[in-house]
Amino acid sequence: MIELAGVTKSFGANRVLAGVDLSVGRGRSLVVIGGSGTGKSVLLKCILGLEAPDAGRITVDGRDAATGDREAFLACFGMLFQGGALFDSLPVWQNVSFRLLRGALKRPRAEAREIAIEKLRRVGLSPDVADKVPAELSGGMQKRVGLARAIAADPQIIFFDEPTTGLDPIMSGVINDLIREIVSEMGATALTITHDMTSVRAIADEVAMLHGGVIRWTGPVAALDASGDPYVDQFIHGRAEGPIAALR
Amino acid sequence: MRLPLSLLAALGAAVLSGLAAVGRVTLFALATFRHMLSPPFYGREFLVALGNVGWLSLPVVGLTAFFTGGALALQIYAGGARFDAQAVVPQIVALGMVRELGPVLVGLMIAARVTSSIAAEIATMKVTEQIDALVTLSTHPMKYLTVPRVLAGIVAVPLLVGLGDIIGIFGGFTVGVQSLGFNPSVYIRNTWDFLEPLDVISSLVKGLAFGFIATLMGCYAGMRSGRGAQGVGRATKASVEGASVLILAANFLLTGVFFSL
Repeated sequence: MIELAGVTKSFGANRVLAGVDLSVGRGRSLVVIGGSGTGKSVLLKCILGLEAPDAGRITVDGRDAATGDREAFLACFGMLFQGGALFDSLPVWQNVSFRLLRGALKRPRAEAREIAIEKLRRVGLSPDVADKVPAELSGGMQKRVGLARAIAADPQIIFFDEPTTGLDPIMSGVINDLIREIVSEMGATALTITHDMTSVRAIADEVAMLHGGVIRWTGPVAALDASGDPYVDQFIHGRAEGPIAALR
Repeated sequence: MRLPLSLLAALGAAVLSGLAAVGRVTLFALATFRHMLSPPFYGREFLVALGNVGWLSLPVVGLTAFFTGGALALQIYAGGARFDAQAVVPQIVALGMVRELGPVLVGLMIAARVTSSIAAEIATMKVTEQIDALVTLSTHPMKYLTVPRVLAGIVAVPLLVGLGDIIGIFGGFTVGVQSLGFNPSVYIRNTWDFLEPLDVISSLVKGLAFGFIATLMGCYAGMRSGRGAQGVGRATKASVEGASVLILAANFLLTGVFFSL
């Protein structure tokens, strides 16, 4: 469903992506792992068109991501940002139903609010959260609101950017379980980037490791511990010694 | 020989950088106009921006205009006394406020209050990935953030300038009547009789231009913000500097245009 072929991206002299080839099947959950600064977020941004790749081809359902109707293309996606990226000036329910209040998916306000409250409930938040502003919420609650926003319009594809960063282990577990449940029940295709191995094991059907600007290894999550790749081994066990330099 | 050459190189680099910035701002302005003319239009965001730019600026604009009008009356009275021309206080206060001080002071107050606030808000949105989130939610940041704010500036600032002119004249009137011994009805009649329609038109046109500049520069600096708190701080500073200089330059140009009419 999502295909990347030879995608490259540089920022000045810094070549972040050096020819990424990656494929995510429909309804599958792929987790991309890799150290900080290896270009995982850039990879997601290239797919969404937030960054323009220097070379290579990205297709979604056979459609070139760089051409055609952007609004229709983006309507397929939901995204949970690392910091939540909630709009400070809007109450929670308007954040969740943002897409339903304007554009091609616009609904009446009352209906959009109902959907927002339903989605909030789905991520374990009570309806009284709906009228609060994001600044009144804890980090874990903001992540859940971000998750509710990502699924509000029932997208076919959901991206998760470091979904558990900054959360305590219990809240991380809650978010991981929610992502797994939601992706399964919606039948959505999920692409997650993280360096949290607990998340990887909870969320992934398949895992890909990004290192040195290319996909070093890819395979089912069950094969992760027996990958035979020294880079993957070092990363998943968190060893300071190995082929991946500790200082980057 | 090396020192003059390096100075020349630094000067050249500064000129090129300045020209590039002018080009970027011009392209940003053209993109803003293009997005203004094509749907979707975000009416709710426009009304919110109108409240922020117009209504919430009223106190600072009113106080600035009132005190400036009062001080102007005192200055003209004191200066006029040197050649026995104290009687022209109402006319000069009116002309000074409407043609020059009203629009410029309101423009600079808007640059300080509104431009900085827009730049800081949009820059923070950029740093916290809210702009990226807008894009992923199929919403163009130029249409959702820039167009409503710039339109609000174009609509609200001329009104603020008009009000500032009136309040400034009232400040001069208050000082003139309370401290300088002018007859109230004579003061008002002299003010009214002396002002011409072109004076008021030039004031409002300047307000329109300054409103556009102030809001555009806030949006531009916010959208181009760098990372982190430092990026937000730099964007805010650059927006106020840019808006203030452009407002004063535009005032000079517009004054020249209206002076020639």
